[in-house]
Amino acid sequence: MIGNIVAGTFSAGVAPVFSSYESIATVTVGSGGSSTVSFTSIPSDYKHLQLRLIARGGSGSSNDSYMNLTFNSVGSSVYAAHQLFGSGGSAQANAFASQTVIYLNRIAGGSTNSSTFGAVVMDILDYASTTKNKTIRALGGWDGNGSGRISLTSGLYAQTTAISSITLTPEAGSFPQYSQFALYGIKD
Amino acid sequence: MSATYEPIATTTLGSDQTSVTFSSLNTTNFTDLVLVAKASITGGGAGSLLFRFNGDTASNYSYTRIYGDGSSAASDRASNQTAGGIGIIGNQAVSSAGTFIASIQNYLNSTTNKTVISRGSDSSGGYVSAFVSLWRQTSTISSLELRFGSTGGFESARSGSTFTLYGIKAE
Repeated sequence: MIGNIVAGTFSAGVAPVFSSYESIATVTVGSGGSSTVSFTSIPSDYKHLQLRLIARGGSGSSNDSYMNLTFNSVGSSVYAAHQLFGSGGSAQANAFASQTVIYLNRIAGGSTNSSTFGAVVMDILDYASTTKNKTIRALGGWDGNGSGRISLTSGLYAQTTAISSITLTPEAGSFPQYSQFALYGIKD
Repeated sequence: MSATYEPIATTTLGSDQTSVTFSSLNTTNFTDLVLVAKASITGGGAGSLLFRFNGDTASNYSYTRIYGDGSSAASDRASNQTAGGIGIIGNQAVSSAGTFIASIQNYLNSTTNKTVISRGSDSSGGYVSAFVSLWRQTSTISSLELRFGSTGGFESARSGSTFTLYGIKAE
């Protein structure tokens, strides 16, 4: 018989779970906006990190607004990125080498509907290693009902230093109110 | 002690189903929802894994996607749809079903439209895909309904398909 189904729910009484996935810190942008979002003093005792965010570009940004990502306050040309993206017309790719930032996935900005935010999930595997350069992978984008972009980003931070801080800045202006950035740690 | 990343509900279909619904989501206190699915559909070809929030069947959804079909990569979009998209899903036997993961962030906020990002890996069905979808409503999300195929002709998810919803809580 073909029909529909309502999924069951886990009832009370399920044994507590000690998760290896933990919340480290969350930044929710207030009414004044924020020109920079930073996570500092990141504990080194996780194996991997995940950053989950919703955000918009600030005043003066383009509709298809990028974000800048740096680690450990390093602003030298030790970053690179590759992107595979689609803006509704064709699949495209770009590459950035020897940059001072990683250009992260695009989000809504500019004159797009002010209630529309982009979303990104970014993973940093083995972030605390002191022998490996750091690679990030991210899925994210925005849709504006007739505009938008979905992209997969691979980024490189060519330093073997453990990551202890993460900084994001918008293309222009400040991240507006209701943008939220949540950092999680994953234990092995 | 509550975990940061918890299962909310799961179902494995015992027969072909035209929809799967997760309800009462506004009674939870997570920050994000993550849907994980391993599924295939009935019908004559590949379609889309689709979603609706709060029983909204109006044209309040849209998506932009990128996908590869084994011979080329492409991107397109759909506006003013009656459902959002998660991934391109094949009609093969469920034993070779594709896997899909969707992230619904800040689902309980009442100030922003809702953006969903997702990936589909359906090699047996012939596609890899990534979607970003928009639900043009600022309401908190209380239910998530999955539909299959296309808004022009829904199909069913095959018996044996599995759908699990997780919650992630930011501190």
